[in-house]
Amino acid sequence: MSLFLRDYLTVVWFGLAAVLLAGLLLGIAAAVRPSKPSYDKNMAYESGVDPIGTGWSQSQIRYYVFALLFVIFDVEAVFIFPWAARIERYGTFGLVVMLAFIVLLLDGLVYAWKRGLLRWV
Amino acid sequence: MGLVDRGRMPAPLTKLFNMGRSYSMWVYQWGLACCAIEMGAAFGSPRYDVMRLGVIPLPASPRQADLVVISGTVTDKMAPAIRRLYEQMPEPKYVISMGSCANCGGPYWDSYSVTKGVDQLIPVDVYVPGCPPRPEALLEGIVLLQQRIKNEDMGAKWRGEDYTPIVVGGGRIE
Repeated sequence: MSLFLRDYLTVVWFGLAAVLLAGLLLGIAAAVRPSKPSYDKNMAYESGVDPIGTGWSQSQIRYYVFALLFVIFDVEAVFIFPWAARIERYGTFGLVVMLAFIVLLLDGLVYAWKRGLLRWV
Repeated sequence: MGLVDRGRMPAPLTKLFNMGRSYSMWVYQWGLACCAIEMGAAFGSPRYDVMRLGVIPLPASPRQADLVVISGTVTDKMAPAIRRLYEQMPEPKYVISMGSCANCGGPYWDSYSVTKGVDQLIPVDVYVPGCPPRPEALLEGIVLLQQRIKNEDMGAKWRGEDYTPIVVGGGRIE
């Protein structure tokens, strides 16, 4: 096994331990606890009044825009902060690459602006 | 089906579970009238500090609650909601009826709209008499309930056997 894969073995052990521990705890709970389902108990919790519809509901599709805009700014921050912390190490090359990256993301922002998505409703 | 409802819990495990249950009771609050002020004093104020008894007074919903305190005047209009939210609590569950109104209708016993005692809707474990009871009375009810839970046979509780409610102050149930 190569050194690279051996490093990842730690991740596998970690995942196995997590699954075992969670399975143990949930298994003990399932073996011990009483179960008494009823119509009222399975009803959606609405502070005691009659629930309208079911527990599953759809959210407004228009909100996908906010998700996309969030990705633009979030990805930008995720990559820029580590780069800014070690900015002198990457020098001019790093600066040019990061500018290209920012321009690419700004492209998405400009596209959103042009579509009028930055205005509220 | 678990060990608890089949009555197959080993004795040491029962003891451990009972201790854990009695010292981590999530209490769901049903403040319906003036008794709710006294309940708020008992549960929310640093003077009475119910958390030192191991009671956690702020579950987000009845699905997390072990104990419900019905404090105040239960009206017929509120009755279905009380019944439903009691149903939505997970077993094993306990009920404290606080104040004369919740116990029997209290001063409004002949009103057209008042339910004559919450025990007509749900089984009550502890009655706390008073109009309204002082916070200490409610805390005594909780301590008495904790003592009962500590020695409880969970299988018997599940089957609904030997059920005698506690009355704070040593009164009698007629």
